Amino acid sequence: MKEGWLRERSPFIIASAIFGFLMLVFILLPIINTVALSVDKLGSALMSFEARDAIFMSFYAAFLATLFTFIFGVPLAYTLARYDFPGKSIIDASIDLPILIPHDAAGIALLLLFGPRTMIGTGFSSIGINFVDTLFGIVLAMAFVSSPFMIRSAEDAFKAINPDVEKVARSLGASNFKAFLHVTFPLAFRGILTGCLLTWARSISEFGAVIILASVPRTAPVYLYDVFGNQGLGAAVAITALLIITAVVIFVIIKLVTAKPLKPVY
Amino acid sequence: MRTVSIRVERLSKKWKNFSIPDVSLRVANDEYFVIVGPTGAGKTLLLELIAGFHKPDSGKIWINDVDVTAFPPERRGIGFVPQEYMLFPHMTVAENVEFGLKMHNIQQSERKKNVKEVLEFMELSSIRDRLPMTLSGGEEQKTALARALIIKPKILLLDEPLSALDVNTQKKMQNELKKLHEELKITTVHVTHNQVEALILADRLAVIKDGTIIQTGSPEQVFHKPKDDFVARFVGFENLFEGKILENHGGVARIDIGGVTVEAVTEKVENCVVGVRPDDIIVSKRSFRSSIRNTLKGKLIDFVDMGSLVSLTVNVDTASFVALITKRSFLEMKLKKGSGVYLSFKASAVHVI
Repeated sequence: MKEGWLRERSPFIIASAIFGFLMLVFILLPIINTVALSVDKLGSALMSFEARDAIFMSFYAAFLATLFTFIFGVPLAYTLARYDFPGKSIIDASIDLPILIPHDAAGIALLLLFGPRTMIGTGFSSIGINFVDTLFGIVLAMAFVSSPFMIRSAEDAFKAINPDVEKVARSLGASNFKAFLHVTFPLAFRGILTGCLLTWARSISEFGAVIILASVPRTAPVYLYDVFGNQGLGAAVAITALLIITAVVIFVIIKLVTAKPLKPVY
Repeated sequence: MRTVSIRVERLSKKWKNFSIPDVSLRVANDEYFVIVGPTGAGKTLLLELIAGFHKPDSGKIWINDVDVTAFPPERRGIGFVPQEYMLFPHMTVAENVEFGLKMHNIQQSERKKNVKEVLEFMELSSIRDRLPMTLSGGEEQKTALARALIIKPKILLLDEPLSALDVNTQKKMQNELKKLHEELKITTVHVTHNQVEALILADRLAVIKDGTIIQTGSPEQVFHKPKDDFVARFVGFENLFEGKILENHGGVARIDIGGVTVEAVTEKVENCVVGVRPDDIIVSKRSFRSSIRNTLKGKLIDFVDMGSLVSLTVNVDTASFVALITKRSFLEMKLKKGSGVYLSFKASAVHVI
């Protein structure tokens, strides 16, 4: 029982409480410590053009990456949630691969495909899109590593909707697409929005894949790495705190979106 | 013979665990047709094939003489009420009802007028702005029906429309469905696992098992002359009598069934068929009067030992009843052929068709 579980002083409960508390301290202390150390420097960090540009670049590139995964990921999620087809389990498993691959390795894999002197890279280059050290490269890297969040969130949202609701819409004269637009999508909206926020947040925090493809223009994590390497720990504290605070704010928004129903659904 | 509204010709389909090997059926115009069968018999699959949610492996479907086999659901002119009704949870009652008109690109002023009419017709006006999650089962069902009917479908397809309701609401909605059909005269296919529902609502019914239609006919035909053991056992009505209603006082009728008079709960006033399930009959050696409305004195003609149950054949005048009692009470009453027994059953256990 929840109530009074501490009153039952079995060694197991006490040990669990202590270990659990230490885990919590391990997670929270570095974050709180960093923010505490940098309180007086936060303002000046925000004042720095370089820091502001880097944070803006992260937000902007992450937004584009989210848009990209939304356009291509949501249809994939819908297909996986609704239809059975041969090889589905393989496709299903491969969606999570970007989470498992070390992110610098993911960056190199992308470079091998989209880099200069590759077939795809040359093709894109001919229409003016290059991926090395450009915004496109950053977006590509971010989209690759964060796509599972979009796909899985949307897939879960679609799976939670009874297909009979779509059947009714069809019987009432809606085409496949109209049924999706007027019924399925609105019902899955909250799940998809959560997917967008998670994808965006994960994209902002991406470092490994991004730096392989594009060390400039600098995103916030790349900028932080530069500052740390060139000016040392002290100089990196404020920007670190700034990134942490940003992440916490996004996290709170996600929690609000997922916890509070926008409309009473089911 | 009325014109045919739905014609299904040698339809076959395998889907997940369900399979329909070869089904043909005809539903006449304006007919209330019930497909009845146990769970897993392929009833829903058959209904959804008619609706167009699945492509048949072979066979053809006509609706009002148009071959719709290749048509998507939105072009078949169907009204569909799935199990649990599936109202759109993000729309109010009125928005749910309006949806079909929107999909058919009807102008807004026209839509508002239509919605208002249908809501009034279905007595839903007072709850027009409520969300589905706040509705009772009966209200949900009426909303789902209103939503299906507003597009003036050629046929109405109902999948277990009453099984999500509590018993009292079930009775009420049964009457609503009947009334609705009488007023609108729309060809209806109703799928259910509930025999009583089939008996009460159907003009004609089809008993389905393992994706195959075993018997088609009027309720009287199917319940009186079940084609095989399965149908007989499934419909479970061994006591069926031609009845003549002697009088009806506020919904309680006295009905003559071949020299015997029984009381039943019904609105009917003319000739009818009366059914009592064998397990709704209480058998005793002495007459006891209680809230039970019907007590008949009869003679035990025969009995069949079925293990833990014993099936008795009891003659009351010219009417022959079958009753099911436990082996234990059979032994306790020391019954033998020729014993005099009393049969008792509630007026509400008498099903009037």
